[in-house]
Parts: sequence; C-alpha cells; structure tokens
Amino acid sequence: MSSLVYLVPLALLLGGAALGAFLWSLRSGQYEDMQGAAERILLDDD
Amino acid sequence: MSCCAPGVEAAAELGGAPSRDEILLASRDLKDGLRQTDLSVPGIHCGACIAAIEGAFRDVPAVEQARVNLSAKRLSVKWRGDTPPPIIETVSRAGYEAHLFDTEEDAADPELSRLVRATAVAGFASMNIMLLSVSVWSGAEPETRQAFHWISAALAFPALLYSGRVFFASAWSALRQGRTNMDVPISVGVILAFALSLYDTMAGGAYAYFDAAVSLLFFLLIGRTLDHIMREKARSAVRGLIKLTPRGATVEREDGSRDYLPANQIETGMLLAVAPGERLLVDGIVQWGRSDIDCALVSGESAAQSGEPGSAVRAGTLNLTGAMKVTATSDASNSSLADMVALMAVADGGRARYRRIADRAARLYSPLVHATAFLTFFGWMAATGDWHRAIGIAIAVLIITCPCALGLAVPIVQTVAARRLFEAGIMVKDGSALERLAEIDMVAFDKTGTLTTGRPRLANASEIDAGALALAGAIAAHSNHPVSRALAPFDDGSQPSPAIITEHPGLGVEARIDRLLYRLGRAEWAVPGGSAGTVLSRDGQRLASFVFEDSLRQDAASSVEALRRDGFPVAILSGDVEHAASRVAKQLGVGDVTARLLPEEKVARIAALAAGGRKVLMVGDGLNDAPALSAAHASMAPSTASDIGRNAADFVFLRPSLLSVPNAICVAREANRLVHQNFAIAIAYNAIAIPFAIAGYVTPLIAALAMSLSSIVVVANALRLHPVADRVPAADPRSRTLAPKQQALGQPLAGRA
Repeated sequence: MSSLVYLVPLALLLGGAALGAFLWSLRSGQYEDMQGAAERILLDDD
Repeated sequence: MSCCAPGVEAAAELGGAPSRDEILLASRDLKDGLRQTDLSVPGIHCGACIAAIEGAFRDVPAVEQARVNLSAKRLSVKWRGDTPPPIIETVSRAGYEAHLFDTEEDAADPELSRLVRATAVAGFASMNIMLLSVSVWSGAEPETRQAFHWISAALAFPALLYSGRVFFASAWSALRQGRTNMDVPISVGVILAFALSLYDTMAGGAYAYFDAAVSLLFFLLIGRTLDHIMREKARSAVRGLIKLTPRGATVEREDGSRDYLPANQIETGMLLAVAPGERLLVDGIVQWGRSDIDCALVSGESAAQSGEPGSAVRAGTLNLTGAMKVTATSDASNSSLADMVALMAVADGGRARYRRIADRAARLYSPLVHATAFLTFFGWMAATGDWHRAIGIAIAVLIITCPCALGLAVPIVQTVAARRLFEAGIMVKDGSALERLAEIDMVAFDKTGTLTTGRPRLANASEIDAGALALAGAIAAHSNHPVSRALAPFDDGSQPSPAIITEHPGLGVEARIDRLLYRLGRAEWAVPGGSAGTVLSRDGQRLASFVFEDSLRQDAASSVEALRRDGFPVAILSGDVEHAASRVAKQLGVGDVTARLLPEEKVARIAALAAGGRKVLMVGDGLNDAPALSAAHASMAPSTASDIGRNAADFVFLRPSLLSVPNAICVAREANRLVHQNFAIAIAYNAIAIPFAIAGYVTPLIAALAMSLSSIVVVANALRLHPVADRVPAADPRSRTLAPKQQALGQPLAGRA
C-alpha cells in the first residue's frame, strides 16, 4: 500500500505528460502533413 | 517534370491560368504586408516534388516562404508587396500544374481538432482507470479499492465533461426537437453509470463502473473521429479541384481603363473584357468581338456556339477563341447561375426527407432499452425492496445494452467504405450518401460531360487522305477550339509546318505554306459557296471534310452494361439536341432518352420518377444538372463538373472512367449489407447479455469485457469490405481494346492544355 502512494500519482503524472505532449503537437500542426514529414527527412537542404 | 506522372489532373479543363489580379483577390492578408496564397497542385507525389517546387521558389523575389503539403497536395506561398509574384508560372516551370484554392473555405476545421482532443482525453482517462480497475478486479484490499475508486472518479469526471460533450450536445438537441438518436441512449447510459458509481464510491461499495463509462466514450469517439477524418479528406480533395467559376471579371471603364473587380462588385450595364479561355461571370450581350463559346457545362450542348455582336451569352460559359467585350445584363446575384442555385434550394428532395439508418434504429432501440431498465428496476424493487440494489442492476442493464457496438456499427463500416472509395478515386460527402446510394433502383445520366467527354472526336478518320489529315493536325495544333484540339493529335510531323497562322474566331484557322493559303474551319468560310460542316481547303479548294462526334467517356459502354446487368434501368436526361442525344443512346443501347431538357424539366422528371416509387441516382456534371443532382435520391458528378454541380453531388469521382458509377454502387451495397450484419451482431449480443444483466450477474469486469468484445467483433466485420479493384466488372472486350487508343489520343491533348 505504501508504495502505491507515490507510484500511482507518478503513473498518472507520466500519462498526463504524454497527453499534454500529444495535445501540444496537435496544436502546433505536426499532424497536418504526415506524408510530407516522412519525405522531408530525406531532403538534403532543409 | 519530375519522376511523378500526372495523375488526377488529366481532368484539367482548358481555361486560362488565373490572372495576377485573381491571385491577389484569392490571397489572404496575414499582417505587416505579408500575404498568403494557397494553391492546389494535384501533381505532387513524392519527396522529389517537394524539393523541386520549394527549390523553384527559392530565388523568386518577394516570396517569403513556399511550403508544400504532400498529404493534401497543396502549396502555400507567403509573399510581400502589392502585386503577386509569378506563382503559377514558377510552379509550371518546375513542371507542375497549379490552380487556386479557396482560402476562405479553408479555415482549420475546429470540429476535427475538437474530436481528436476529446478522443485523446478519453483515451488517457480510460487507460488509467482500466489499469486501476484490473487491480480492483483481481481482489484488492477494500482500503486500496476505495482509494482506486476515488482516483478513477477523479479521472472520469473531467473526461466525461470534456469528451462526453460531443454526445451530450447531440443527444440534447435531438431530444429538444422531440426526436431521439443514437446519442440519447449513449448519454443516458454513461451519465447514469457515472452517477451510480460515484454514489457507490461515497458509500464505500464494492462495484464501480467508471471504467465502463469512460472506455465506452473512448471507443465511440474513435469511430466518430475516423468518420470525420475520412469525410474531411474527401471534402478537401473535392475543394482542391479547379474552380470553374471565376472570382471576378475585368471591367472596362468609359475612359478605357481596365480594373479587375471581384464578383460581388460587378453590376448590370458594366462593360466586361472577356479574354479567350475565360469563363463568363454574369449574363451579358456581346458588344464587340467574335468568338466561339463553349456552353457544354451550362446547357449540355456539345457543339460550340458562335458569339458575335448582339448575341446573348450566359454566365458560366467558356470563351474559346477570340477576345470579346460584353455588357453585363445581370450581376452575379441574379445571373442564370444564381437562378440555378435558387432552383437547387427548392429541389432538395430525397435527401432532406431521408433518415439515417442509425437514427431509425435508435428510434426503436432506445425506448426498448430504457423500458427494460425501468422494468428491471421495478421488478427488483418489488422482489427485494432494496432500492440501491434495484438501481444498481437497472444501471448494469443500461451499461450492457448501451450501444457501444450499435454506435460503432454504422460509422465504422462507412469509414471503411469511404476509404475504399477514396482509394478508387471516388469522394463521398457523408455517410448518409452511402446509405442512400445503396437504396437506389434506377440510374439517370446526363449526356455531355458525363456519358461523353464533352470533347469532340474525329469520326471519319479512315475516310480522309492521310496527308490531308496530318496537315489539318499541324494547322489545328495552333488553335484552342475544341475541334482543333481533336485534330491536333493527327499531326505526325510528315507535313511542313505552317509559316503564318491566323485564327479567325467563329470561322476557323488560316495558314500559309509555300504561298498557298490553307483554311481549316467552317465550310462556308473555307470554301466559297460551301455548305455546313468542318473542312480543310487549299486556295478555296476542298481537301477534306471532317465529321466529329462527342466521344464517349472511358468505359461508358461497359458501365452502362454493368448497371443494366445488375438490374438498374438506365435513362439519359440531356440538355443537348435530339440527334446528339439519341446517337449516344444508340451507341450505349439505352432506350429511355430525353433531349432538350431545361434544368427545371430535369428536376420534374426526377420528381415524377420519385413519385412513382423510384429511387434515382442522378449522374451529371453541368450547371443545368445541379438542381436535378440535388433533387435525386443520390447523385454523382465527375471531377470536371461545374462548381455547383460538384457541391450538389453526394459523390465526386476523379478518374476519367465511368466505371466509378457501378463501383460506387457496389461498395455502397456491400457496406449496407455489413451495416445490417453489424446490427444483427449487436442485437444478438444484447439478447444473450440482457438476461444475465436482469438477473443481476453483471459485474464491472463482465461489463467491460462484453463491451470491448462486441466492439472488436463489429470493427473486424467492417474490415471485411473489399477494395474496389477486386470487383471491377469484366469490361467487355470492345471497350478494353478501345481504352488504350483513347488514352493515346487523350495524352497529347492533356499535354497541350
């Protein structure tokens, strides 16, 4: 029981961080051109 | 051109590139003098295309940034200054074709991002609650269980508020109108499950259904988001097609100065300068100039009309060969184009009355479920007198019957179907269109531009001397007239290329080779005293006569055949003259053909058929078809259709082949079968689970398992829908041998366009 006191909040914190990261990436338009992002990694000049 | 072959844009119309003025009008003001122009570039296919296009803009002055979106096949250019940089020219120098995109319609879709965020929140909450629930199910100490229930409640409450809003809002608006839809039982089930669990948690009870409530939301939101993404993709693909209605027109003032004005500032009586390749924005009367006018999209007439001073021209027609000045007799809001929009609003028939399958099911389902839950409650009340237990079991009934599978049954199948159609180049406007298409029992086609390509094709090539034909081709290559464009591919390079070429709008093309005067055009002009028809003459002597026919669209014959084989009566509703319509009808073996129909008469025909119990699929492209498209039970338009035709149609097909029509019907019918199967699965599952729920044996664990299992079965069943390519009806051998030839002819045309 005592370990749960910090493990459960920790798990929730991590999950919440992931959710926050997803919402941030969504807002900053990172999902707008999925194919383009995959191809751009192969371009030399930018 | 890069590695990438042009795909969809074979549909590209003649019609000039947008002028700088039009680009300026269509651009969006960002701030500090920065403007953004969005273009649709259908030829973008790979990383090399990105590099080529963005690279081409690197040294264009005034361009701040050019960014390609590969998924949407779009390019946005940010630039400074009062006049736009040569955007279209730069793109075409890189080897691609670009056309303007509607910026105002393109605001980021708030609904989609709201759905994605709601799904993310529900997913986060449901996974964490499930994690805690697993330890509760495996027998946690009461003390731990109690703590976990409280944490679950704390997670579930905000998730319910945030993600559940999608369903609550829709359920509430349905209830307020005295209707019920699928969202009503969902909302009732979720809210009651949460409320009871919260009460039980406060009372220190053993069972809580937080996991069921939130994961139900999560599953349903996944289905809804996928559905929305698919439709959005189709919508943006349709929006990316060439806009055929101009945004403005060039007005010539009394002092001779010219201004490009947006559509809403054009007034009756203004003098408009119409260049070749431009579409008319309003109705008018020609004051000066001579030209040929393509009315195919407006009235369905396949032969070009001649325009000369005094003749009336209609909005939406295309000026082919010569410059004209036209006095506007209407403004944009009361032109014949606007009349068509008004007619469409009145014609909205079948689709307005149509009720979605899911809503019809909900109307039967939700009273049944709620009645069962009530009866269970009263039954247990009467039997035990323990109201808490009675409510607990009644809510377990609601959760078990809560239509997780039912809520997914329709959208998941329609998402898969839309995806399959998308891969085949067919765009679906919404799910109800698929349901309506599955019900149709008759197909009505427009002729010009739908059954035919709307482009003339030489019919008597075998009767013409090869040398004369090649010469005609060499001369025709210099003209934009549709007849010339049909002749141009016959230029095999064997004839000397003409030295001096002059185009006489409305008459033909004149060329000089070795001091001989050649004329290609109207017989009465090319040969003194000649009769009607198109001829090639040398110094007034007739060399050859050409007979043209409107060429059939690719696979038109096999498509009509496939439809007839599947038992659909086929009719042709044409606005063209009788002989043109009946010739096409004869070629396709269609008996039911009506010519010279006005737009309102097409609507009347559809309405009469509907009154006779028929559910008609209308396939058409022109402005004159738009009202009929919205009156029909379901409708399809090719990507070359007029703007309002595309907007009116439920489906837009991008490929040149007419096989899209039987293919779409096939997919819609199969989707319909899968939807019904899914309903059957969901109902069978309920029939098995409800007795257990009523008897009080359902624990949160069983509820969660049953719900997930039924959802997975329904989704797996939807994935059985076959890709379109698997079932293209065996084309009849004639059309198969024809197809490559047509392509061989089509390619050089597309190249010249």
